[in-house]
Amino acid sequence: MDLGVRAPLLVLGLPFAAFLVLAVVAPLRRAGRAAGAVSILAAAVAHVAALGVWRDGARRTATWAWIPADGGPMATVGLLVDPLSSAMLVLVTLVSLLVQVYSLAYLGDERAPALGRYYTYQSLFAFSMLGLVLSPSFVQMFVFWELVGLCSYLLIGYWYERPSAARAAVKAFWITKLGDLGFVVGIVMLWGATGTFEFQALFTKAQEHALAIEGLGTIMFLIYLGAVGKSAQFPLHVWLPDAMEGPTPVSALIHAATMVTAGVFLVARAQPLFALTPDVLTLIGWVGAFTALLAASMACVEGDIKRVLAYSTVSQLGYMMAAAGAGAAYASVLHLLTHGLFKALLFLGAGAVIHVVGTNDIFRMGGLFRVMPQTGVLFIVGTLALAGLPPLAGFFSKEAVLAGVWEARMTWPFLMLALTAFLTAFYMFRVVFIAFFGRALAPGHPHEAPWLMRGPLWLLAVLTVLVGLRLGLAGGDAHHGPGWLAPASVALALGGILLAWATYQRGVVDPARLAGTFPLSLLDFLARRRYGLDALYDGLYRGFILGFSRLIGWIDRYLVDGVLNFLSAWTLRAGDLVRRIQSGQAQDYVYGVAFGVLLLFVWAQWWRR
Amino acid sequence: MSLYGYLTLAALVFAIGLFGVLTRRNAIGILLGIELMLNAVNINLVAFARFRADVAGLVFTLFTISITVAEVAVGLAIVIAIFRVRRTVEADRLDLLRG
Repeated sequence: MDLGVRAPLLVLGLPFAAFLVLAVVAPLRRAGRAAGAVSILAAAVAHVAALGVWRDGARRTATWAWIPADGGPMATVGLLVDPLSSAMLVLVTLVSLLVQVYSLAYLGDERAPALGRYYTYQSLFAFSMLGLVLSPSFVQMFVFWELVGLCSYLLIGYWYERPSAARAAVKAFWITKLGDLGFVVGIVMLWGATGTFEFQALFTKAQEHALAIEGLGTIMFLIYLGAVGKSAQFPLHVWLPDAMEGPTPVSALIHAATMVTAGVFLVARAQPLFALTPDVLTLIGWVGAFTALLAASMACVEGDIKRVLAYSTVSQLGYMMAAAGAGAAYASVLHLLTHGLFKALLFLGAGAVIHVVGTNDIFRMGGLFRVMPQTGVLFIVGTLALAGLPPLAGFFSKEAVLAGVWEARMTWPFLMLALTAFLTAFYMFRVVFIAFFGRALAPGHPHEAPWLMRGPLWLLAVLTVLVGLRLGLAGGDAHHGPGWLAPASVALALGGILLAWATYQRGVVDPARLAGTFPLSLLDFLARRRYGLDALYDGLYRGFILGFSRLIGWIDRYLVDGVLNFLSAWTLRAGDLVRRIQSGQAQDYVYGVAFGVLLLFVWAQWWRR
Repeated sequence: MSLYGYLTLAALVFAIGLFGVLTRRNAIGILLGIELMLNAVNINLVAFARFRADVAGLVFTLFTISITVAEVAVGLAIVIAIFRVRRTVEADRLDLLRG
């Protein structure tokens, strides 16, 4: 092993070591905060190592044989370090570290064993996500892909005593599984056609035009299905809003910054392969843009602060996918990274608010800016970044996405994304105006959140600003789009903010009347019912799966069991009948023997001739 | 008297013995039936020895008689043992093996 691989191996190994220690040493896990310290320490050192890997910037690979086969191993495990994966390493370890520190305060009231369990899952998640990012082959990626899905399930269901949380966990697990099914079939088909799972080998083949396989479009579409499930793309986005049943730090880490971006990462990682199938790319772009618009419209009518953020995450994932579909992988990954920062900021800020107010409903908050000004400022920084105003990080990445889609001549997706930008600014400032400046009074005596929670918020906010400034100063790179794009996107964002201000702050526009006018009233009606998708899945589940199960149950009970019961009943009855022959009297037996011998004689005399 | 006469006699005695074995209710009667059947066989053996001028039949007969003695001794001992336990030697009542 060469030296350069040690640092990424350390990044990967530390959270795993923390997980193992916490999983095996039960007294430490039950200690709660001590378990948190172990996990945080591992994440901190991993973050430092990840920064080292990122600064080093070299491209390194290391593989070890895994599944042996004739003529070389069938699959390998290893590490693939390149700018994409090292940037992801930094993001994952950073958000993971901050979220774990934040959780110490946010979940401070939890019982110690439950807190230890939480940190055990957190370490496992960090390990799985880092393993996914570093995967040099589809197989390893799939293994870690499932592991992060498992962690997501465990952490959504952290409060498993709550039926709604348990249900949300199961829903998230199964709906992403639906996509994963396509993913695994896709990679196996790809292996069948090319004989390798390795990205490097596949990309080399793609470059040499040796990948002109029949059905490559189908294969890439199936692989994309995995991304649809994980990254909550239409029509499999329904699990993400429900996943908000988990603790808020979990939503910040898994359902905003890291795991849900795994789908985008997959598309970015396999970009050379997707580039060979323009049809699939176009589909990815269209679905992404449509998802962005659909989720944004649902966020506009949502009253639960975390669900607003969840829909906004779905919407921003749509942005990333649209960029990836337009062939602008750079813009897609850039938006992934900046979104990871400011969406984690927003979620943690929302968590701080929920922590002190004790409700998720924005209409029961209000005037929070006066009582918690720091959180308010930080939340507004995140909101401005999400709305895409310069010089914050979100502006540059969003503009890069729009530019990429425009360059790819995808006019309709571009228009949908532009409308989404307007809606994003609107719904986010709707939350800000209602919750932080609204006239309603928050229940109880709200106060500023403890430092352990504000520290990560400050750090994320500063990073959001700094990354934005850095991108602004670097310039050039992202600015491929036409000159009118930057002013236009700023104008859209300002328009959204203005509308929200006029509606929810000044009261110039009555929100009820705005929602009542004709085309909007229909949209309002549909969006409040989530476009019937949840009901549709519910109906499908009830009608199709439960119906099928009933049918199977009937067959099992009445056909399979029926045959067996019939046989066993008749065996018993026949036994009962035949039993009478055994009279227990020796004379009867002798009679039988004698009669048999007689029969034998007769047979010998007559039939043998 | 020809060989067939003897064989017919033996068959008759055997049938009477078998009838006794099957129909007698008393265990001792059944033993007597078995004796009759064995003696029918003896008649057969002796008859064949005579008409075929073969000594083997006589030797077999001697063996059969001596073994029959042992058999009766064991049989009567079993009947007595049954009587001690069950207080009866009626074959109808001895049906512990009934299914």
